[in-house]
Amino acid sequence: MRSKRNDNYSTIQLYGLVILRVLIGWYFLYEGLAKVFTPKWTAYGYLMDSQGVFAPFFRMIAENQSMMAAADFINIWGLTLVGVMLILGLLEKASYIGAALFLILYYLSHPPLLHVEYLLPTEGSYLWVDKNLVMLAAVAVLYFFPTAMRIGMDRIMLKNKSK
Amino acid sequence: MSEKEITPNDRGNKQDNLNQKPVSQGRRDAIKALATVPVLGAMAYGVYRKRKQEMRNITSADMFHFNSEVSPLTPLSSDGKTIRLGIIGSGIRGKQLMIALGFATPQYVEDLIQANKQNSSDNRYRDFREQEDLKIVITAVCDIFDVHAEEAIAAGSNINREGLKGKNGTTPKRYHSYRELLAADDVDAVVIASPDHWHGQMALEAARAGKHVYLEKPMTWTVPETYALREEVKKSGVIFQLGHQNRQVEAYTRAREIVAKGLLGPVSLIETGTNRNDPNGAWVYPIHPDANPQTIDWKQFEGDPDRVKEYMDYMTSTGLAKYVGPDPRDRFSLERFFRWRCWWDYSTGLSGDLLTHEYDAMNQIMDLGIPSSATSSGGVYFFRDGRTVPDVLQTSFEFADRGLTMFYSATLASQFKRNRKIMGHDATMEVGNTLTVTIDPRSEQYRDKIENGTIKPGEPFYHYVPGKSIDAVTSATELYFAERGLLYSYVDGKRYNTTYLHLREWLECIRSGQQPSCNIDRGFEEAITAHMGTRAYLEGRTMYWDAEKEEIIRG
Repeated sequence: MRSKRNDNYSTIQLYGLVILRVLIGWYFLYEGLAKVFTPKWTAYGYLMDSQGVFAPFFRMIAENQSMMAAADFINIWGLTLVGVMLILGLLEKASYIGAALFLILYYLSHPPLLHVEYLLPTEGSYLWVDKNLVMLAAVAVLYFFPTAMRIGMDRIMLKNKSK
Repeated sequence: MSEKEITPNDRGNKQDNLNQKPVSQGRRDAIKALATVPVLGAMAYGVYRKRKQEMRNITSADMFHFNSEVSPLTPLSSDGKTIRLGIIGSGIRGKQLMIALGFATPQYVEDLIQANKQNSSDNRYRDFREQEDLKIVITAVCDIFDVHAEEAIAAGSNINREGLKGKNGTTPKRYHSYRELLAADDVDAVVIASPDHWHGQMALEAARAGKHVYLEKPMTWTVPETYALREEVKKSGVIFQLGHQNRQVEAYTRAREIVAKGLLGPVSLIETGTNRNDPNGAWVYPIHPDANPQTIDWKQFEGDPDRVKEYMDYMTSTGLAKYVGPDPRDRFSLERFFRWRCWWDYSTGLSGDLLTHEYDAMNQIMDLGIPSSATSSGGVYFFRDGRTVPDVLQTSFEFADRGLTMFYSATLASQFKRNRKIMGHDATMEVGNTLTVTIDPRSEQYRDKIENGTIKPGEPFYHYVPGKSIDAVTSATELYFAERGLLYSYVDGKRYNTTYLHLREWLECIRSGQQPSCNIDRGFEEAITAHMGTRAYLEGRTMYWDAEKEEIIRG
């Protein structure tokens, strides 16, 4: 099924999708690495600044020391890992699901609602739709238009596996 | 590069795929599988360049490197004896002090419990419950307003920090006169939070009675009692702490190190100020519905006759009678009782209430001592409600020996935030809960580093965020949150309020016999400095300090 659909991409479609995948991967990877290189980085302030329906949930995480430590670890290494996987085209479907989970959590903790203000000013103007949501949609599109079997490590990994 | 060139060429060979030899197919697979690997190389190169730049900043920040971390909270002495406390004055501030000591009325605790039920992120109840036990008992309370006194009794007996259904401990004894309280045998130490015109007198008598004293600021209301109190505290040997809780702010300790190391260069100007913009901030406090001549001991509120005489002598001898009253002192007034800060008859105005905090913080950071002169101006410009103390005040203190001015600027009718700044020839430090140091473009000390590009002048160069072990490299996001108190409000997982820490220090000093951070000498400096500012305002001329004679002299 997957390979059949893959074969149907025109070259320009394939390259377009791969570029999108790599760009999103780059974004995730650097977000992760920047945190790796920031001593004592923590999402505490970000989580405490959560708004909307799910804010109590995110604040609850922030106020629990062990959960906070876990959230920091997952953020730092999760972003890095997802970034590498997307760029390399390694375990593509899993990496899209991972990326989507991060984006959903970010969107839910900082939804661009009416009358909601965040401590950290955003660099743009948003109403209900923000860049996290747009990227989430892009990741969803990529999930249904996979490319790693054509350009990516999955080409070797999964083929070898299937053999 | 080579892979990228090959990949597009791939297209033309599509039809030949079936005829490909296995070797060529394997090679093509490998190329396509690894086509994006160079992207990781680009990322690695970018990160390497960026890190290199950051490392250069770290190197240049070495001069701001401090070996010793700000000392964490030392544990309470294990064999420390229980200290029996008397509370004199349990109004707004008195209540806050009792809460900081771990004693709140069941109603207050109940409200915290309910607040937590309404909003699970409201953790004040948990924080209050978890606050360390300071090994104290409240044995005595004194307030001249029955409602406040009864609340203090309820708080003092709520030893388990429980809500309305809790079990109480022994009830503290209520005294109607602070003198009776000071005579009680079961009181080791007193916390004084009376109106300003009683501060010095009560503290003086407490010291005379051998009771340790925690006194709210400002230290004194009249100039003469300032000397008397210092003498009595030194003579008696009691442990005295003045209520400037800023002494416990972690960032100030680091600020002190930065100044001491000369990193700012010669400091010529310090800017401080107060900005508030609501009636409560302008001392228009609510009047309790149960307050009346039966529930308030007005006679005692009037003040100590000797102190009142000192006040009147000064006001009349300097032609300042217009600032006295306007109500006669013996006329009962709910306004004057609850909003006493608005009249010189009881108050020390902006100088005593708010300038003292700013001054003490700077004295803590820079060891300023008493200024050589003070000049003030201002007036009652916004709250024209019959008050005599100004709501806008500017005072400049000259420290001639140090070659610097400390400027204090206050308004009670605008809340615009102005950072405290310590301005040096080489750098300026903004002082709050965090510290920010900005290097001056014309600095001589840093000229080399500015010229070789290590330092970008005019941009914040050093940030100190309390609780962080590594300085200098702080992300913008982090700093943003920290400045708004969202980061590192917890030390070892607990939130500490500075008033609690300040009281704790005093109690530990009583146990160990050491001197606390805001002792009588710092208090004397605070009081004289504030009095110089006040007198300069009232008399409309510069006041000088004769350090040898220890006297305030008119200009």
